[in-house]
Amino acid sequence: MSTNGQKAIEFHNVSFRLFNGKTLLSNLEVEIYQGETLILLGRSGCGKTTTLKLINRLLDPTDGEVVVEGTATTQWDQIRLRRRIGYVIQEIGLFPHLTVEENVGVVPRLEGWDAEKIKIRARRLLDMVGLDPDRFAARYPAELSGGQRQRVGVARALAADPPIILLDEPFGALDPITRRELQQEFRSLQKRLGKTMVFVTHDVREAFFLASRIALLKDGKLVLLGQPDDLLKSDDPEARAFADCLREPESAEGRA
Amino acid sequence: MNLWQFVLQNRAEVLELTLEHLFLVGLSTGIAVLIGVPLGIMLTRWPALSKPVLGFANVMQTVPSLALFGFLIPLNIYLFHVRILGGIGARTAIVALVLYALLPIIRNTFTGISGVDPAIREAGRGMGMTNRQLLFHVEIPLSLGVIIAGVRVAAVISVGTATIAAAIDAGGLGRYIFRGLRMNDNTLILAGAVPAALMALAADLVFGWVEQFFGTGTAERFKNRRVILAALLLAAVVGVWGVITLYPAKTGGRVAVGSKDFTEQIILGEILAQVIESEAGLRVERRFDLGGNLTHEALVAGEIDAYVEYTGTALTAILKRPPVSDPREVYRRVKEEYATKFGIEWTEPLGFNNTFAILIRGEDARRLKLNTITDAARPAPKWRAGFGQDFMSRPDGYAGFARTYGLRFMELREMDLSLTYRALVDHQVDLIAGNSTDGLIARHDLVQLADDRRYFPPYDAVPLVRQDTLSRHPEVRHALNMLGGLISVEEMRQLNYQVDGEHRGVKELVQEFLRKKRLKGDE
Repeated sequence: MSTNGQKAIEFHNVSFRLFNGKTLLSNLEVEIYQGETLILLGRSGCGKTTTLKLINRLLDPTDGEVVVEGTATTQWDQIRLRRRIGYVIQEIGLFPHLTVEENVGVVPRLEGWDAEKIKIRARRLLDMVGLDPDRFAARYPAELSGGQRQRVGVARALAADPPIILLDEPFGALDPITRRELQQEFRSLQKRLGKTMVFVTHDVREAFFLASRIALLKDGKLVLLGQPDDLLKSDDPEARAFADCLREPESAEGRA
Repeated sequence: MNLWQFVLQNRAEVLELTLEHLFLVGLSTGIAVLIGVPLGIMLTRWPALSKPVLGFANVMQTVPSLALFGFLIPLNIYLFHVRILGGIGARTAIVALVLYALLPIIRNTFTGISGVDPAIREAGRGMGMTNRQLLFHVEIPLSLGVIIAGVRVAAVISVGTATIAAAIDAGGLGRYIFRGLRMNDNTLILAGAVPAALMALAADLVFGWVEQFFGTGTAERFKNRRVILAALLLAAVVGVWGVITLYPAKTGGRVAVGSKDFTEQIILGEILAQVIESEAGLRVERRFDLGGNLTHEALVAGEIDAYVEYTGTALTAILKRPPVSDPREVYRRVKEEYATKFGIEWTEPLGFNNTFAILIRGEDARRLKLNTITDAARPAPKWRAGFGQDFMSRPDGYAGFARTYGLRFMELREMDLSLTYRALVDHQVDLIAGNSTDGLIARHDLVQLADDRRYFPPYDAVPLVRQDTLSRHPEVRHALNMLGGLISVEEMRQLNYQVDGEHRGVKELVQEFLRKKRLKGDE
């Protein structure tokens, strides 16, 4: 989790409103450094997912600009931009008509790699996320457990070796034990790969476990941006509420 | 003769009609897929279009096929020197079948693709798929099962609808069905209906299997590319064959004779054809069995050169004039108006009047001592009457008839003309309007009630021919004039009975008749 101080993603005074005028995000000002893992934390509907979609241009900001690798997203060719950004969503994001190996190979295939190279890459990635390629490569998503599907999702996002990875509550639908396992493996992957990650969650323990820094959102506004410890020290009521969750007895084992 | 014997004896023809049928269904469904799937995809991109487009496809399904044919036949549209619309025959039948098949295909493509999980679509977009890649790698594969289900529905419906193609000389199993209905022959009806039903079942099974093969959730779906390739190749071969059969090279020196879709018309068409062949020495193309008033459309469009029309029908149904009872006056009027309006000439009348015959069962006539229509007014309130659609709607038909004779029936049933005889014989109805020349009148012991108030206008049978055909082939006029006054009502009724009752072959029967009349038929 080394950062070299270079900015990978910048939000400059970004707002996003729907056509009906409802504001989902207002005046967001965040800089994300290369190699760090920024956790977007907040309650449901606070604007976390919207923030994520502004990075890979699934959405365009209504005001302000989002800058990725020095260029505003609106200046990027959206297809080129998205191919440089891995995207992991909840397990439903796998293509049900493709095998595990084909799912992992989607982006390399779009990029025109040759079949043999895609195969080798897919098998290596499956191995990396803890799935035995010989057992799992030919299976379909419907034949996997939730945790296995999520591993495939992570492998797929890493396939074309993008410098940035976006994760939208990737472990949200898993049982607590599997979630724990995946979080641990994810942390060791982070260390090995050194990629810039933006990770959305509402689970404060997950946030503390994985974060370089945490951005806390409430009602579309940035409440706090800092190290995990800053959240514990903050006087802000929303930060206090999340910090209280962390201190509850059953969450004690959650701190690593 | 039972069905099995019939099929064995006529297996070559059964096979030919089945193949024609398969060809009509296959080609029209194929074209409908090529139009409907892209259209359905387009609707998912511009949902605002979905209402008008689906509405149009919906309306097409409700247009009766004969009305659609009537609209399509006069069209004359070319694409790169190939006529793509208009005329009688397979081309128009296929266009109509395509229009009927579009709705399920467009609708299923649209709903199938719209129904793809938005999360999966977003995952694809988030991974940097272009719209095209998203369509071909995600949306189409995931909705293929639904799309194929639409094709399945379209194909099965087409098998049924394609029987109507026989009405415009496009062949198929409808030939047997229409011929059987006309001749009151169950075996013939079944010989058309059973293979059609089997074909519908087979289409349903095959597409059901394909649907499962491509449906989501099962493994190994996209591995069998060779099967898909083979299927596409087969489709291409059928397509090429279709184009070749649909657009035969034009041959010169040929005259086309048409007929409507009942026995008498086919006999008369054959008489015209043989006389033109032997007396004028021209090659004649037979376009018989055309439904409704499509013969008129076809003659005006130049698709056929001649057919036999009835004076009363021309006056009221085509020229929309009020009925007139003087036969000579009717002939004079239609001859004059056809010449100026359509460029069509009425030649010499054949000699018989095929007017409406009000028919009841012989037993009823004898028991109640009924001779005239006036006599029937008394028992009519206790009777059910069965009339063809034509009789119900034409100006010299039911409305005036009931008024003239003061008739009221217990129940009125509107049905296909060919079904009315059967309904009368089976006591489903008690009075029908048939034709005075019908061979079935004698066969089923039916009695024709006299038109004592002279309500029905004359329907003298007269050959019609296009003026430009006469100027190209003046010898045709000579040939047709030889037919003037040649056939009496009794002779026509006899000829009809020979075909409907005795199942004689039309060609041979006409040869025999012409020889008896000292005219050369075909040798």
